[in-house]
Amino acid sequence: MAKLPVSLTINGDEHDLLIEPRKTLLAVLRDTIGLTGTKEGCSTGDCGACTVILDGKAVTSCMVLGVTASGKEITTIEGLASDGELHPVQQAFIETGGYQCGFCTPGFIMASKALIDENPDRTEEEFRHALGGNICRCTGYTKILEAVLKAAEEIRTTA
Amino acid sequence: MKSFEFFEPTTLAEASRLFAQEHAQLLAGGTDIIIGMKALTETPQSVISLQKIPGLAGITTEADNSISIGAMAKVREVELSEDIQQHHTALAEGASEIGSIQIRNLATIGGNIAHASPAADTVAGLLVADAQVDIASADGERTVPINELFTGPGQTVLTPGEIITRFRLPSPASGSYYIKHKIREVMDLAFIGVAAAINVDNGTITDARIGLAAVAPTPIRATEAEDLLKGKALTPELLEQAGEAAAAASSPISDLRCSAEHRREMVDVLTRRTLRQASERASG
Repeated sequence: MAKLPVSLTINGDEHDLLIEPRKTLLAVLRDTIGLTGTKEGCSTGDCGACTVILDGKAVTSCMVLGVTASGKEITTIEGLASDGELHPVQQAFIETGGYQCGFCTPGFIMASKALIDENPDRTEEEFRHALGGNICRCTGYTKILEAVLKAAEEIRTTA
Repeated sequence: MKSFEFFEPTTLAEASRLFAQEHAQLLAGGTDIIIGMKALTETPQSVISLQKIPGLAGITTEADNSISIGAMAKVREVELSEDIQQHHTALAEGASEIGSIQIRNLATIGGNIAHASPAADTVAGLLVADAQVDIASADGERTVPINELFTGPGQTVLTPGEIITRFRLPSPASGSYYIKHKIREVMDLAFIGVAAAINVDNGTITDARIGLAAVAPTPIRATEAEDLLKGKALTPELLEQAGEAAAAASSPISDLRCSAEHRREMVDVLTRRTLRQASERASG
């Protein structure tokens, strides 16, 4: 099938690509661009490992066709740090040990960043509920939640 | 995923013309169709994205508090809309029950309804809001009440080329409530969805609507239960009668998730519970 021209802004850089319509945004990020920080878990939207931020909203990139993301802004885990400094959410995951094997971590970090951007004042219960679309098969949820609360606190106090 | 031809029309007429052809599928939020295409349960030859057609998104409230929801409005927007939260609480609650936030940021209300799952989480709220569904095709437009839209699981009255454009909710009830009977907190399908909306005047129910999901081949209104309630005060005896009438209106199946007997019993219980909560909201 013919490839279509697509223009994606990924982590601030514009990419003009030719992609097959059946390629998901996840596949474009990983296979075409080479940004493998975004992970493929279930590929059915259930695990959240492929979460990226699309025009300011956290989405499961396995459920988006790359062609429909044309003209939009995408932030992946690779785009969070700036000037060699980690984003507060990344820093908090390191400090609390909010990861075990690390596979779910990029998705958790991107989902958490979007949640904190939207409202850093959520309670622990609200964050727990709002992160229900992300699964950690090592079951490291306690430390993950600690990391999210720590990052929210950090962002609240420096805002 | 099989290959397909991708179209991104900018007018409804063009989208309708493309969609009227064989083996064509519409793409709204993609959260159902893309999973289906990966599983090869959906193998369209052409996929028609609706995202470039102007006027299909957005939620607007008119002076009389009637609300219009574009078919391409994201489920997350429906969930967070203050007007919908205030005037059609059951619909906002239903929207908040779908998948995860990541999925609700993609999924559209039009897709949730057009997919015609009897278990769709926005459908009970739309039923009790008496939603009018605007439909367009290359031949013109028509409006279908939501309770006449569905003909079976995955089936609607939509003909080839017809596209849902908008849901119009007339003047709201004074209180509504939605209960999703489920196991997991999030990322679960409804065993049963029950919504109720009622108007109360001085302790007397002037209007009542009950919407049931996942307990019949299509989402349904429990009209006999509704009729029992009108003109009366909501006593425990009346609640019991309404619950039984709603259960009698259901025709659930047994599946992996629970038995038909359990579903029917729970329709009774959850109808009473939603009515009580809707009534509290109506009086509050």
